[in-house]
Amino acid sequence: MPRMNMVQAVNSAMDLMLARDPNVVVLGEDVGYFGGVFRCTEGLQRKHGEHRVVDAPIAEGGIIGCAIGMGVHGLRPVAEIQFADYIYPGYDQIVSELARLRYRTGGDFFAPVTIRAPCGGGIRGGQTHSQSPEGVFTHVCGLKVVMPSNPYDAKGLLISAIEDDDPVIFFEPKRIYNGPFYGDPEKPAVAWGAHPKGEVPEDHYTVPIGRAEIVQEGGEVTILCYGTMVHVAQATAALTGADAEIVDVRSMIPLDVEVLQRSVQKTGRCLIVHEATRFSGFGAELSATVQETCFHYLEAPILRVCGWDTPYPHAFEWEYFPGQRRLAAALAEVLSA
Amino acid sequence: MARCPRLHIPHPPARPGDQPDFGCVAISPAGEVERPEVNSKVQDMAGLAERMVRVLDEQHAAVGPWHPHLDDRDLHVALRHMAVTRAFDERMLRMQRQGGISFYMQCKGEEAVSVAAAMALRPGDMLFPSYRNQGLHLARGRSPAELMCQCLSNSKDMCRGRQMPVMYHWAGGNIFSVSGNLATQFPQAVGWAMASAIRGEDAVAAAWLGEGSTAAADFHHALTFAAVYQAPAVLNVVNNQWAISTFQGFAGGERRTFAARGLGYGVASLRVDGNDFLAVYAATLWAAERARRGHGPTLIEHVTHRAGAHSTSDDPSRYRPRNEFESWPLGDPLERLKQHMVQCGDWSAARHEALEAEAKQLVDACWEEALTHGSMTEGPFLDKSELFEDVFKDIPAHLAAQREQLRSMDGGRDA
Repeated sequence: MPRMNMVQAVNSAMDLMLARDPNVVVLGEDVGYFGGVFRCTEGLQRKHGEHRVVDAPIAEGGIIGCAIGMGVHGLRPVAEIQFADYIYPGYDQIVSELARLRYRTGGDFFAPVTIRAPCGGGIRGGQTHSQSPEGVFTHVCGLKVVMPSNPYDAKGLLISAIEDDDPVIFFEPKRIYNGPFYGDPEKPAVAWGAHPKGEVPEDHYTVPIGRAEIVQEGGEVTILCYGTMVHVAQATAALTGADAEIVDVRSMIPLDVEVLQRSVQKTGRCLIVHEATRFSGFGAELSATVQETCFHYLEAPILRVCGWDTPYPHAFEWEYFPGQRRLAAALAEVLSA
Repeated sequence: MARCPRLHIPHPPARPGDQPDFGCVAISPAGEVERPEVNSKVQDMAGLAERMVRVLDEQHAAVGPWHPHLDDRDLHVALRHMAVTRAFDERMLRMQRQGGISFYMQCKGEEAVSVAAAMALRPGDMLFPSYRNQGLHLARGRSPAELMCQCLSNSKDMCRGRQMPVMYHWAGGNIFSVSGNLATQFPQAVGWAMASAIRGEDAVAAAWLGEGSTAAADFHHALTFAAVYQAPAVLNVVNNQWAISTFQGFAGGERRTFAARGLGYGVASLRVDGNDFLAVYAATLWAAERARRGHGPTLIEHVTHRAGAHSTSDDPSRYRPRNEFESWPLGDPLERLKQHMVQCGDWSAARHEALEAEAKQLVDACWEEALTHGSMTEGPFLDKSELFEDVFKDIPAHLAAQREQLRSMDGGRDA
């Protein structure tokens, strides 16, 4: 089976969908001739044409607004927001328009738009190239929100997103575009080649939206995480020897409550990890869900390890990033309670 | 003493108690403005953004190169649509005052803007209206009863009770949904137009917003994208002089026309007498042809006047002279088309009275019909569980659970 990194996986998903469905179009800043600043759309314009893979002006509100109009016309636009940090000028179009169009028209109009946005830090991007804004989208009804943690899921989830008739916000943790990241920037980079999820079929397949995945079984504690943090969690569990069950949430809306619930009811302990800021972050929703569904099984308070409630810093990136030390300390705390 | 910059606060020419003054509205004589070929270069017709396309002269004759030469039958249809629109507005305003509906927005004084455009465009062209474009629906053949059902949020409401009154849509009639967030429809229309071009179709998109909303980023996004991709779009700014209480100067209209904004983007721009049915018709037809033949978008400023309140939630006598509409130099669009038809010998005061009576009768009958589908207080009502539908195409588990929770509550209401 071919091996791909996450960039190649999302490229493959778009390439395949452009070939399969004449209604699929890709638009965004630098996505066309150049192939995207992260190379995710490399070669797509050459192969599928300028009318299908379209360079856009620097106006996220315009990109999303136009994508909605295209969707209403029957196209399936895949809009790239160059960095998730740049998505806010398009926020009104996403929240007030895209998310609610089907609802406000009683189902008569909808726009099957997929919005791809590289997110997360660990690349020395400072506060404008490092954010994880999933929480400001999971609070919006009418959007599906997903974040893959590996190339296999990235391709399968992106195909699901493009084929979905509902709008999907597809976050790509850019720190792991080229390889899994275990939280220590001093260690040599690892490629996806050696990782089992770096095996990605060339053909069409889907990873369904709304399903979490247990990436590692364990009996003592459940770690709920997604994106880059899946790998940090795995490394921390290995480092500490904790018997942790690691759940890759993958899809925030819809949320796979069943898998979360079953796991925490089994382990009786729960640690929630995300890179985004903590206060009102998606971890709060996970925590409340676990509390509501597993209260009588819990042997310890649910803990969260998140980014600090500060803007993402440049100089102190690794003080901000929730790495193995913070995870290990939280694991010890949740296991000792 | 050193001078320092002073903040300029725009002031309308007249406030309550003042004599209305529209001296700032530049008006060209009817027939004076040239009509370029639809494939003309933007820079060769820049003057059209400052002058004013007008067909009906002071004697109600149709003159000049923009005269669309519509036949009598079309003029009858146009007048009827405008009369029905006005009767519909009057009735709905009254119903709001009596508590029959929660809210309403009239388009009085602006009927030509919507009716003429709807008649000039083709049925396959997609319309992206603002909240004062009910004439688009009526001119495309929609029964007033269906619009009333929306205002009532009753069992036949096309929005299924999800939107305030006047936020209509009509999928079958190619009229997009009205959003309460202003200007959002502008880039959406451009995206629709881009899709039309991508698919190799000749349908164009048309969108409307008020001059106040030209300040919003979405207006500029739309113009940029329309210009960059030469999207087949007709972008209409309805300059009705007022954005609730702020006059058009607060949207930046003191020194340049709104049409002139298009020139900066390289978009063909027309400034049109919005109360002249024939001028709006001709300008829309020109812009649609230009778009359809692949010569790109057009921005049209329709100079008109909001005769009524912004909505049923504001009292215009608090911020502008009471009799402003009577002083509006471009008159009443209905009256002007009527006078033109009278002058052509094809219409009379008696016939017009009969038309007005017929429009009123139609609207009255439609209201009765709409009420049979339910009102705010009397059934039939929408099913409460519909509250959870259409958030997504299929209902996910968390919404299904919430729906069950609501169902389990006796009566469903939490108050």
